[in-house]
Amino acid sequence: MNFDDTPQEAEFRATARAWISANAPKQYEEELRKSSLGRTQLKNANILEVAKAWQKKKADAGWACLHWPKEYGGRGASPIERVIWQQEEGPFGKLSHMFIIGHGMCGPTMMAFAREEHKRKYLPPLASGEKVWCQLFSEPAGGSDVAGLRTRAEKDGDEWVINGQKIWTSGAHYSDYGILLTRTDPTVPKHKGLTMFFLDMKSPGVEVRPIKQASGASDFNEVYFTNVRIPDHQRLGEVGDGWNVSLTTLMNERMSIGAGVSTGFPELFEYCSSLMLDDGPAIEDRAVRSKLANWAVKASGLRYTSMRAISALSKGERPGPENSIGKLVAGSMIQDVATYALDLQGAAGVVSGPEDAEVAGRFQAMLLRAPGTRVEGGTDEIMRNIIAERVLGLPGDIRVDKDVPFNKIPTKGR
Amino acid sequence: MNFDFSDDQKQLRDQARKFLAEKCSPKAVRVVLDGKAPYDKELWKGLAEMGFLGVAIPEEFGGAGAGHLELCVIAEEMGRANAPVPFSSTVYLAAEALLIAGSDAQKKKWLPAIASGEAIGTLALFEGKGNPSPKNVKLTAANGVLNGVKKPVADGAIADFAVVAARTGSNGRDGDISLFLVDLKAGGVEVKNLTNLDPTRGQAEITFKDCKAEPLGAAGEGWSILTQVLDRAAVLCAFEQVGGADRALEMGRDYALDRIAFGRQIGSFQAVKHMLADMYVSATLARSNSYYGAWALSTNAAELPEAAAAARISATQAFQHCAKNNIQVHGGMGFTWEFDCHMYYRRANTMALGLGSLSYWEDQLIDRMRKKNAA
Repeated sequence: MNFDDTPQEAEFRATARAWISANAPKQYEEELRKSSLGRTQLKNANILEVAKAWQKKKADAGWACLHWPKEYGGRGASPIERVIWQQEEGPFGKLSHMFIIGHGMCGPTMMAFAREEHKRKYLPPLASGEKVWCQLFSEPAGGSDVAGLRTRAEKDGDEWVINGQKIWTSGAHYSDYGILLTRTDPTVPKHKGLTMFFLDMKSPGVEVRPIKQASGASDFNEVYFTNVRIPDHQRLGEVGDGWNVSLTTLMNERMSIGAGVSTGFPELFEYCSSLMLDDGPAIEDRAVRSKLANWAVKASGLRYTSMRAISALSKGERPGPENSIGKLVAGSMIQDVATYALDLQGAAGVVSGPEDAEVAGRFQAMLLRAPGTRVEGGTDEIMRNIIAERVLGLPGDIRVDKDVPFNKIPTKGR
Repeated sequence: MNFDFSDDQKQLRDQARKFLAEKCSPKAVRVVLDGKAPYDKELWKGLAEMGFLGVAIPEEFGGAGAGHLELCVIAEEMGRANAPVPFSSTVYLAAEALLIAGSDAQKKKWLPAIASGEAIGTLALFEGKGNPSPKNVKLTAANGVLNGVKKPVADGAIADFAVVAARTGSNGRDGDISLFLVDLKAGGVEVKNLTNLDPTRGQAEITFKDCKAEPLGAAGEGWSILTQVLDRAAVLCAFEQVGGADRALEMGRDYALDRIAFGRQIGSFQAVKHMLADMYVSATLARSNSYYGAWALSTNAAELPEAAAAARISATQAFQHCAKNNIQVHGGMGFTWEFDCHMYYRRANTMALGLGSLSYWEDQLIDRMRKKNAA
């Protein structure tokens, strides 16, 4: 048992470190380091522009999408090298946020199902960040129940005509392309009538409307499709096989290891270390210490769980299922951490403006963004189902709509 | 990076699991649970023969001379099997105290006897309510004899010797405490069995009356040695707890698959599935924290104090959580003497207290994290 790199890993790390040190946008390092959930803007620069510039620079030097094949804009690196890169990239990795969906989900789906000429055309600019992609799955009638989606695709000659609405589409407002899951046959059971496409988000008939979130910010969108035409060669997988194609996408989402989920703990520990309560330093208060200790072991437990997965990668093995707990644990933890940080502030906790609030309002921002982490990318409940079914081998839910033609499934409870 | 046990260590774990499945079935555990024997003597002998008791004891003292990582994988299996033997008292506490502070003669006398299964050892630290603290040690040592009462002492009634914490000063500081080694069969002690939460592991009250004792380690160094012993034991116990948590989770899972209610497997209800998923989450966090503790223990890293506290807290929580909800999954049957669920519940809640309570270790963890940050 050790935490040492193999000689090859050490060499790779040294090369990555040297390149990052010479090329990273250091002027933003401190600000990025201090950013936390709900608060990732830069004061004097547009973070999207900074992120795109950094991604392009990485791509030009062969440091983008490391695990992708070279011909598609990657480096052909091993999974462990990708993890080492992430470790070395450190706070600059936060600039990759806008590319996560494209690199983590759209790219791998394209790689698995797109025609060769499309892969060569679309993947390199996706890797370099010149083009941003989004994923159009969720709908008002199909969130956790993605297969309940209603957006129609109807064949018209060599094209498909799309009508319907997507929702919770991260980054659609700055995306160039998207992968789109549609219903092509409503007369068969819901999982069987789906088909996947990719499309140009600038196509006529696509309308993107940002959603104002509970936090006040807008990271997600509604996307409306009115007679949008997609050529058949942009279909991904067979007609009616969209569900299986989407599983590839979602598997990739859950396989991303080492990205490091944020728990809010380092921020809270730092805060409590200097905070004075009425009776003395917060860090010396029994109740505070107990809370901190409980969160400390969750945060360290996640850290070392991820290291176990990395070790498996390092040995060329497939990581076990233990990594599936990350989002579930971190999501509700960061919400609890933010709530507690405000509790420690007393009445002053209500003040959230960065100029007037405690520690520039980072915990207020965290509190308001946190509910989303428990919903996006699979709700806590879906994550528990996944652990129960795929890890523990418990039976799947009894699905009353499983064998019913989609257009016969009731749409209202009463 | 290789943050995992080696293939040899995993093989040792499999070997221990197989051995314990055969020699330490729930039926065997119940002999002790029902009070028909103070511990499983046959199993103890078998563990010695397998080399498990002395796995981390150097060869020159009769052990296998493997290491703490090997001991960790065996500990996990001991916890999984809920073994009714004085393993933790003897191997994690007494043997480790000897390894840290024993003179050559003391090591020669006791360590080979531990490895061969001839001697059972324990640590006599607590004196009634309270957590590990120099101020809670009232038993006195003067002129080579001890006077005072220790309780509870794990496995105290079956132990051949004890490492005893005694007061040798009155400054109210760590330096007031010294450790002593007492041959419990040599007279000067009265031992009383205490009814306790987990009958598969005995607890005793030991009264020392002018009891002859020899110093273990330097005078005034007792608290510093104890702290090291408790840290090591925290990691090793964490592995037992992880093993117990995993077993409790498995039992719950298996029952949820087997039991039909409302015309379906109860494991198909989300209320049950989610409870089991949460048990998996805490068991996984505990395992990962314990692995880090194992690394720190095996390399004697500067991170050991913090890693040990984290492993202790996480594993304590996980075992309690899994043992408690295993009963819940079983419903009424889980609350019967006949089903094995309560054995894990008892063990989980006993282990949660043995080295100091959860709140004590929470406090320790924060102290140690602050120290690290200050450094």
